[in-house]
Amino acid sequence: MRFMMIVKASTDSEAGVMPNKELIDAMQKYNEELVKAGVLLAADGLQPSSNGIRISYPEPGEKPKVMDGPFTEAKELIAGYTLIEVKSREEAIEWAMRMPDPHGFGQGEIELRQVFEPEDLMGNSEFLVKETTLRKQIEEKKKRDIVSNT
Amino acid sequence: MTLSQTHRTIDAIWRMESAKIIASLTRMVRDVGLAEDLAQEALIIALERWPEIGIPDNPGAWLMTTAKRRGIDFIRRLKLRDQKYVEMARSMELYTEEEADRALDEEIGDDLLRLIFMTCHPVLSQDSRVALTLRLLCGLTTNEIARSFLVGETTIAQRIVRAKRTLKAEKVPFDVPTGEERNERLSAVLEVIYLMFNEGYSATIGDHWIRPLLCQEALRLGRVLAEIAPQESEVHGLVALMEIQSSRLKTRVSATGEPVLLMDQNRAQWDHLLIRRGLAALERCQKLGRALGPYALQAAISACHAKAPTADATDWIRIAALYEALSRVTPSPIVELNRAVAISMAFGPSFGLQIVDELKDEPLLKEYHLLPSVRGDLLIKLERFDEARAEFERASLMTRNDREKELLLNRAIACKSKIST
Repeated sequence: MRFMMIVKASTDSEAGVMPNKELIDAMQKYNEELVKAGVLLAADGLQPSSNGIRISYPEPGEKPKVMDGPFTEAKELIAGYTLIEVKSREEAIEWAMRMPDPHGFGQGEIELRQVFEPEDLMGNSEFLVKETTLRKQIEEKKKRDIVSNT
Repeated sequence: MTLSQTHRTIDAIWRMESAKIIASLTRMVRDVGLAEDLAQEALIIALERWPEIGIPDNPGAWLMTTAKRRGIDFIRRLKLRDQKYVEMARSMELYTEEEADRALDEEIGDDLLRLIFMTCHPVLSQDSRVALTLRLLCGLTTNEIARSFLVGETTIAQRIVRAKRTLKAEKVPFDVPTGEERNERLSAVLEVIYLMFNEGYSATIGDHWIRPLLCQEALRLGRVLAEIAPQESEVHGLVALMEIQSSRLKTRVSATGEPVLLMDQNRAQWDHLLIRRGLAALERCQKLGRALGPYALQAAISACHAKAPTADATDWIRIAALYEALSRVTPSPIVELNRAVAISMAFGPSFGLQIVDELKDEPLLKEYHLLPSVRGDLLIKLERFDEARAEFERASLMTRNDREKELLLNRAIACKSKIST
């Protein structure tokens, strides 16, 4: 099972203030632990939202609205993520509990979310039907291509 | 937290910590069976006490300290006259939890490496190595191992007990072999991990939902090994191979459960995160600057497919060269047959056919249906339909798989219609 540990943004992370050395060391040590346990798949930190854009669709079917950052409400923003592969939900929680407080001044927040596996989607019959139709279309296109090539 | 929640949490912690604890205790008492028993005792104490006192801040260190205390008690009870044990017990006692934790960090990698060399020791049968490794290094329960291999739980339990007994009887040392022996023993370790992986991989076709667990465990163990033995290029080679192969786990089977060949798989659905990890592991392997071993070469071949955006864009020339290198490192008729396919894709079917024809009298391929089936393929491309039909018919008599048999017979019939037109 894959889980994503999402580190929420803080006023510091949004202001582009780098965490202190102590925190960086603690994070590094934690990441090393994940690597040594063979569970880390990916981990990245994100730049402040001032460097990002937001695309929204307020009118269905219409052109999207594009907004430049920064965005307010730091706690609703993401500062980084760590993707792990573990055997159980409890194991994921245990790893998430071991992550150091990511900001250290009362704003630290980690959200743990489970990643959908293809099996989860396969259970959805609508998805399956779409898949099969798509496949058929590709097959027929292939056949047409072969015919037009010869 | 309810009691069952606490128990599930303890289970998860146990799985995360048990290998380290068993490894450290084995160093202490030099008996892997005893080490596991002592570690289990610590687990039982945790199961009794944690629901009351709550889960400790550092549960790993708590379990380790508790288990080591059991170890010290055990040594004392034995009243071993061996001065070495008495001193060891004394120095252990002086550790505070924090110190033990620090010492742990430094030694743990070495101890884990020693433990895996032990559970994959050649004195054990292949089956026992796999079972014992899954149990001690991956922290799987006997029940989980049994379900993964589709055998009874008693069989696995007995296999593990016997393995531990054999290790003790044969006085297998708890150490990392050096020199020439190291290479041999390391390849035994890699073999166990790859065997575990393949067992899971080949079983993903069908409805044994638990078996992919083996793939995941093998991959995890490989990643752990890459951290504790970073100088071993074949370890990275094996990890690369498993990461890339895992990236196709979900696309190898169609929605209706039929196997989908590599060339027909939907590449958009490959797991590109795992591909990237696989390529990174391969790069780590190549950076060590040693000649590529069999796992690294297979990984490099797998990487060629992973990097091709479409099946047509596959770099068959490079694949053919890699198979050539592989057949030098581990000569085998099956590698030759694969090389023939790569050569035919790269340079044309007649070149591939030459190699296939040289394999005609190979005793190892006598019953191997893929030999005539590959030959049939090449003959079709050369428009020699009559001969191709004979090959497919021959192949259909060799396979025991009904679905495959049907497929081969259909191909034979298709050849017939080509001849008549």
